[in-house]
Order: sequence, then structure tokens, then C-alpha cells
Amino acid sequence: MSIVVGQEAFAAAVLDPTLPVPAGVVSYRGDADEKRFAVYRNNVHVGLVGVVAAKYPVCATLVGEEFFTAMARLYVASHKPTSPIMMHYASDFAAFIEGFEGARPVPYLADVARLEQAWSVAYNARDEQPLSIGHLASLAAEDLGSFGLAAHPAAALVRSAYPIGSIWSAHHAAGVAVRPGAESVLVSRPGAEVNVTVIPSADAGFCGELLSGATIAAAAAHTLDQHPDFDFGRALVGLSSIGAFSSSTRKD
Amino acid sequence: MSAKRLPARAGLGLKPQHYTQILETVPDIGFFEVHAENYMGDGGPPHRYLEAVCGRYPLSLHGVGLSIGGEDRLSLDHLRRLRSLIERYRPQSFSEHLAWSSHGESALNDLLPLPYTGATLDRVAAHVDQVQQALGRRMLLENPSTYVLFAESTIAEIDFLAGVAGRTGCGLLLDVNNVMVSSVNHRVDPFAYVDRFPVEHVGEIHLAGYDEAVDAAGERLLIDAHASRVSPDVWALFRHTLGRTGPQPTLVEWDNSVPAFDVLADEAALVDAAIASAGSSSGAPSVRRMAS
Repeated sequence: MSIVVGQEAFAAAVLDPTLPVPAGVVSYRGDADEKRFAVYRNNVHVGLVGVVAAKYPVCATLVGEEFFTAMARLYVASHKPTSPIMMHYASDFAAFIEGFEGARPVPYLADVARLEQAWSVAYNARDEQPLSIGHLASLAAEDLGSFGLAAHPAAALVRSAYPIGSIWSAHHAAGVAVRPGAESVLVSRPGAEVNVTVIPSADAGFCGELLSGATIAAAAAHTLDQHPDFDFGRALVGLSSIGAFSSSTRKD
Repeated sequence: MSAKRLPARAGLGLKPQHYTQILETVPDIGFFEVHAENYMGDGGPPHRYLEAVCGRYPLSLHGVGLSIGGEDRLSLDHLRRLRSLIERYRPQSFSEHLAWSSHGESALNDLLPLPYTGATLDRVAAHVDQVQQALGRRMLLENPSTYVLFAESTIAEIDFLAGVAGRTGCGLLLDVNNVMVSSVNHRVDPFAYVDRFPVEHVGEIHLAGYDEAVDAAGERLLIDAHASRVSPDVWALFRHTLGRTGPQPTLVEWDNSVPAFDVLADEAALVDAAIASAGSSSGAPSVRRMAS
């Protein structure tokens, strides 16, 4: 009478290397062979670490492959994918980095991971024409301030106390200088390719308010409180031209 | 590409790092194969490139996440996603694995083995039926590479595959590297495996490179790695296989440490040469699959 190995037990033993090889899982000799079973454990863990590394290449370069792999292994050990679509895996890696003691000496790492996550979302986002400058001009003929602007499916704002846009760019092109200081980045895909654009802090505040649903009037007023010389018309044109928005809705 | 079948030629996995080179140089490759799950995003460059490649080459859609061998019910969401990819790209072939990869809430991102029994045969056949109905087309089921056996198994793998094909009408994808890996790992003769394989159901062949390891007893253990050139023993087994199957669409899988496209094209040229020489000496024209 042989033992029936349920997939519950098999999966549990694959995910937890401290568990023994499930009874009834054998080599051709008939014995439980730890090394054979370990191939499955290794495939799962190495595969998922590879998914994380492919999604966060700049982070991996910043801390070096050895450190990154060790950190990704810890992430993988406590975060299992819930979907077979691996492009969605490790979306919360930035939050993990933030809580990871070992990454403290690289305080900008979590924000760079946020940027790379936004890049990955933008790369796979629904194709849609961004709101055009012409459309914006037609709104201006009405009561521009009462409109809200919906985020383009590929657009995400990442604000950081560190120069994350320059750090990211320096890993993708030669000759980019990285100077200390806060940077805000809009990740977007207005056309074929993903863009990473460093935008002024006032524009980022304004954009953040719009993306979370404020009307143009309310977003501009809040931004003017902190940046008295803020020109919301210039900011709107700039943000629209890099594909921040998809459509407008009258909010009153 | 409107042909109904993949051509009996070499195909390659389509990798993002090769998109532009393929579209700019349009190399003479029989078909391209993609993992379905990599194209389940909503939009963006992956779809744009795949559309362009599909305009120039036949396409094989190869799933890795359906978990056909799983105890769980198939995910209806995943079937819907596959169906929409199939409707959009009209691939000449859809294939999946005799394996499982999801259990409960976890997606394990690997192709895990299952015991071969009357009960698992019923389950896999029911799942394959469900897939073929949901997708409205015949699928190919691929033989796995395995590192362990199940004491409870009562059916030989070949009989299991033949049973599923017989009950569901599905075709089989014969992965010759998997035959080598599993045969070495379980100490059976890979040539005898191919000789017993129900070749009348074969609709595609896969080739790949394997890695060498040892098990706990210090004995040779092959790992299905997809990270190197096809080994000489797998080439020999492939030529032997072609003698039985006749010319077949044959994919070279290289998914890890992906090299320059030219290296893949070299492997494809070797496949085409092997198919051409099998075609000229084959005594079984009735099982040849010609490009239509």
C-alpha cells in the first residue's frame, strides 16, 4: 500500500526547506532523496529571485548582485506570488526594502525601487492616447478650474527626498550627473516607450493633487500656497505633454 | 500569418532583448514561440512587438501557468486570459504542460510533477477537455522533465500521455530534452521512451540544454535548465525521434542566460538541417507536417 502524496504537502515542502521530503516522493531507487527534491525548491526560489532581479535592475546594480540576491531571497521567502503572471510579482518590494535593516545604508534604495515598479506598470499598462494639449486648450475656453484630470493608465508620480531620477538615468545613459537633493519623477508612456521625467517640486505637488482627484482650481490653489510663483498653466501643458493624464471630467 | 499549423521547421523563443533585431533583419526562422503569461499585461511594448512579429512569422503560444495537473480547479480567469490572447494573435499552436504550478493561493512559478494513477488521469483528462472547450481549439500537452517519482504511480508516463490524448483528442508536445532529463534521472532508456511514444499525436518537438548535477547518492542528475546549447546526446535522440515522427515544428528553448540572437539562430539552423535530412530519408510521409 503506497502513500498518496497530496499537492498541499508537496507544495508545503517545496516552500519550506526545513520540512522533510514528503513520504511517497522517491528516487528511482525508492528512497527519499533530499537533493532531488531540492531541485524543485531551488527552481521556485531561484526563479522568483530572478523575477525580482529582472524587475529591479537599477536597485540590483546599486547594491551589487550579492547583496541584492540575499535581500531578494529574504523577500521571496516571505512573499509568494498569488498569480501565475510574474509581471505582477514583487509589486511591494519597495515597502520590503524600507523595512529591511540591511538596506539602511542605502536610504534611497526603496524610492528607486518605487520608480522601477512604476516603470514596470507603465510598460505593461493599457494603451491609451494621453490627454492632448489641444484638448486642454478647449477646456481653457470653458471654466478650466472646475475640471479634474484622470491619470493616464501608464502614469505614476514618484516623489523622493533623494535624486532618484538622476540615479535611474545614470544607469541607463552615460554622462548623467547625480547631485544630492530631492527629486520628483513622473513615469509615463505617452507613446511607444516608457519615459522617466524629473519634474519641478511644485509641478509634482500639483500633479499629485490632480492624480488623486482634485479639480485644477483646487490643485493650483494648494500648490500656490507653497510655491507663490507657481504657473499652473505652464505645469499643465508640461505634464500633459509627457502623458500624465488621459481624460477630463467637469467636477461641479 | 494565417497558416493553420506551425511549419515543420525550427522555431525560437521570442525574447524582448531580440525584438528589434528580429523585426529589422527578419531572419529565416520557421516560427516563434512565447510564454502566454508574459503577454497577459494590458498593453504596451510587449503586445506591440508581438503583433509585429506575428505579422511576419507563425506563432506558438506556450502556457506555463494553467496548472493542468493540479488538484485545484482550473482558474477560469486564467482561461479567459488565454482565450483573449488566442483571439487576438490567432497562434498556429497552443500548448501546456503535464504538470502543476498553483496550489490554493500560491502560484509556485515552477512545473511540479504529479503521480500517474487512474485518478490523476481522470483529472488531467477532465482539465484538458475543459481547456479545449474554453479555448475552442485543440491543445498540445507536453511531457515533463522530472527529478522524483511517486510510489503511488501505477501508470507509465507514456501510457498516461497516450490516455489523455486518446480521451480528449489533444495532441502531444514531445520535449526531447525532457525525455533525456527524466530518462537519465530515473534510469530508463531515452531511446526506448521515444520508441514507445504515441507519435501519431505529436504536433511539436522541444529541444533545450540541460545542466549536470548529482543526487544525494552521488549519482548523475540532469536539470532541465534552458540555459545552454542542446547537448550532443539530445541531438542524437532528436534525430532518432525524427525518424519516427517525420519532420516536426521544433523549438529550441533558451530561457535563462539568453545569448545573442545569432547563437539562437545557429541552433535553429542545426535543427533545420536535422529536419531536412530526416525528411529526405523518412519512410513515413503520412505523419509529415508540411507548412501550409
